Amino acid sequence: MATKNYAGVSVDVNEEGYLTDLSQWTREVAAELAKEENIELTDKHFEVLDFLRKEYETGGQLTIRKVGKSGIVDIKGLYDLFPGGPLKKSSRIAGIPKPASCV
Amino acid sequence: MNQKEENPLKKVCIICAKGSIEDVYATLVMANGAVMEGIEAKVFFTFFGLDAITKKQMKKLHTGVVGNPAMRMPGGLPFPTFLGVIPGVEAGVSAMMKSQMEKLDIPPVDEFLDMITAGGGEIYACKLAADMFKIKKEDLSEHVNDIITVGDFYAMCGGENTQIIFT
Repeated sequence: MATKNYAGVSVDVNEEGYLTDLSQWTREVAAELAKEENIELTDKHFEVLDFLRKEYETGGQLTIRKVGKSGIVDIKGLYDLFPGGPLKKSSRIAGIPKPASCV
Repeated sequence: MNQKEENPLKKVCIICAKGSIEDVYATLVMANGAVMEGIEAKVFFTFFGLDAITKKQMKKLHTGVVGNPAMRMPGGLPFPTFLGVIPGVEAGVSAMMKSQMEKLDIPPVDEFLDMITAGGGEIYACKLAADMFKIKKEDLSEHVNDIITVGDFYAMCGGENTQIIFT
């Protein structure tokens, strides 16, 4: 556990850099987290992030297939938005825990 | 779990030579898991593994119910081999496996190939096996890049931190 400063807010993160408190997330924090992944957030990114946060809050198991069926973006589009780690990177930027899923 | 690795895996080359549900899915899950982690994936289907990428067969994969010692009845009792020879049992067991996987959001084969290629994974068919089974490019899923020789496949498996996996 560590505390990091993002956009002037101090947030708790675990050793892999995932937020441990969902409520500390703001869009500004997301933008800073994205920068660490070399991603510049667009509205489309935020649509995905909002979807992930909503799904996480309802307790659903997250998979890229689910995001692909969300109507927001297809799976190829998701890879384009979050290259090299569609579910892991988007989850980290969305401020939710690292997905424990193999698909 | 802290997964920081100083010398991370860059590429996996996966070979699938069998056509049962569990063999094909082991390959697909590993290939998809790789591209999701940003690891390059090349998949080579050969011999009965070709069923997984053949349009006519890919939706009809079965799991073996005869001579499969890990097979259990719902509830955990061993699955008697003689039941497996009754017509329809293999299809029923296979349908049950597929529905269990669907519950875990594991897609059917064609959709899985779609997910893998969407992430940049590449799918190849073995030339020798295709010749043997008289399969042409047009018989294969549109996600198959090409029919290639084993030499062509090895030529793609070079580079630092590359692993070849035979499922």
